Amino acid sequence: MVPYLFLGFAAMLLATALMVILHKHPVTSALFLVLSFSSLAGIYLLLQAEFVGMVQIIVYAGAIMVLFLFVIMYLNLPHDVEKGAQIAVRRGIGWMVGALMLLFAGLLAKKGWVAGPAATAPADLSGGNAAAIGRVLYSRFLFPFEITSILLLVAMVGAIVMAKGRPASPEGEGE
Amino acid sequence: MAALMQNEAFQVALWAMVKVGIILGVMLGVVSYLIYAERKICGHIQARTGPNRVGPLGLLQPIADVGKLLFKEEFIPAGANKVVFHIAPILAVFPAIVTFSVIPMGPPPMFVVTDINVGLLLFLAMSSLGVYAITLGGWSSNNKYALLGGLRSSAQMISYELAMGLSTIPVLLRTGTLSLSGIVDAQAGQLKAFDTVLPLPNWGIFHWYLFLPFFIFLICSFAETNRAPFDLPEAEGELVAGFHTEYSSMKWALFFLGEYMNMIVICSIMVTLFLGGWHGPGVDKFAPLGLVWFLTKLFALLFFFIWVRWTYPRLRYDQLMGFGWKVLLPASVVNVMIAAVWLYWRANA
Repeated sequence: MVPYLFLGFAAMLLATALMVILHKHPVTSALFLVLSFSSLAGIYLLLQAEFVGMVQIIVYAGAIMVLFLFVIMYLNLPHDVEKGAQIAVRRGIGWMVGALMLLFAGLLAKKGWVAGPAATAPADLSGGNAAAIGRVLYSRFLFPFEITSILLLVAMVGAIVMAKGRPASPEGEGE
Repeated sequence: MAALMQNEAFQVALWAMVKVGIILGVMLGVVSYLIYAERKICGHIQARTGPNRVGPLGLLQPIADVGKLLFKEEFIPAGANKVVFHIAPILAVFPAIVTFSVIPMGPPPMFVVTDINVGLLLFLAMSSLGVYAITLGGWSSNNKYALLGGLRSSAQMISYELAMGLSTIPVLLRTGTLSLSGIVDAQAGQLKAFDTVLPLPNWGIFHWYLFLPFFIFLICSFAETNRAPFDLPEAEGELVAGFHTEYSSMKWALFFLGEYMNMIVICSIMVTLFLGGWHGPGVDKFAPLGLVWFLTKLFALLFFFIWVRWTYPRLRYDQLMGFGWKVLLPASVVNVMIAAVWLYWRANA
């Protein structure tokens, strides 16, 4: 059962991820990205990481993509229409990046897939994996966790400062 | 076939399917009569009688309404994004139905479809997906009023989701589990304050640090279900009908169904988190009484929702956003801290 579900979710993930970059309409692309996040959440659930799966949906599919969609709709972006020269430049960059990726893939394939060292001890899963993640976050990964939260705080302050705009000049102009 | 029936996994799946079928059927009936109740209550609040022509006391009115909607012409505006226009009403209904699978409506395992250990997170995930229906419905209609309604709703629902999520955290701190059945179990018995038993049930709302979260959750749930006084996405005085301006026939009915189902879901979650779930006198002797207690609490909350809708005027948009970000969010953050300190002190005292 589980392998078939995995194949289904993985196929959906790949197909929707491809549609994100192949579709011309920005709103439809964003919707396919939502679908691909959801299929990723499905894979997490199959790995018995139900906390991560649910958070994946809450944070990415539910919050971040709604904001993306909000901005796309607000700007009312038209279909992707660009001039020939721009397309040529983009295509060139795309080919270069693609070639690099292929090169890396070839190198990896040549070297053979090497698994990392196995986990020394199975994680303590008492109380569900939400509790396990909490324990690890507040002990072993406390520093990265706090640094990330400071980063988010800085971004938030920056967003507020930018949203406020420049203060009105003394002559009463501006705004 | 007999071997298949013996298979334990198959039995679980079969029972879950049966329960899903029952819930779906009952929900459709409950929603149509909830709409009837809303019209009746609204009528009495406004000193009129409400629907009373179709059948005794107007009780067949919902059936007449659905029949009318089924036979109505379906209209798709020119320039609408057809695929998204069709998907949006479906998205309005499915999160509510999915959430129902984790709500314990009575003593387990009989009255709950499935008890996953992240039930509360499933509710939050589904309520955050509910935004898409309104946003996409508004956008795909190719109508400026609908688009404005959709934009308003996404801003409003994202803002109030934060305060709602934070107001559930004190409950989680107290119970130490994300499973809704676990949260209900933690509310059994009598309330105790410093080892003295009080004449109150041990429900979440009677713990002093859960009182404010209950009210924050209640206010946010009005915003999440787009009900008055927070029904800005469909403010008829400003936006014709908001996000569903261009919808007609059964597609419009699906949006309506979604709104009422969301109302039932969010009230059930409130009952589960703060009002003791299915606990009540006599449940330990006769288990199905739990379902009765659950439904009683649920319908009391639903009545409160309807009552509020026909009592309070709509807020202005900037008031709505200001209230969400400047009052509810800081209040729930402070409450999380107070509850955490209190519970830590109680645990180590």
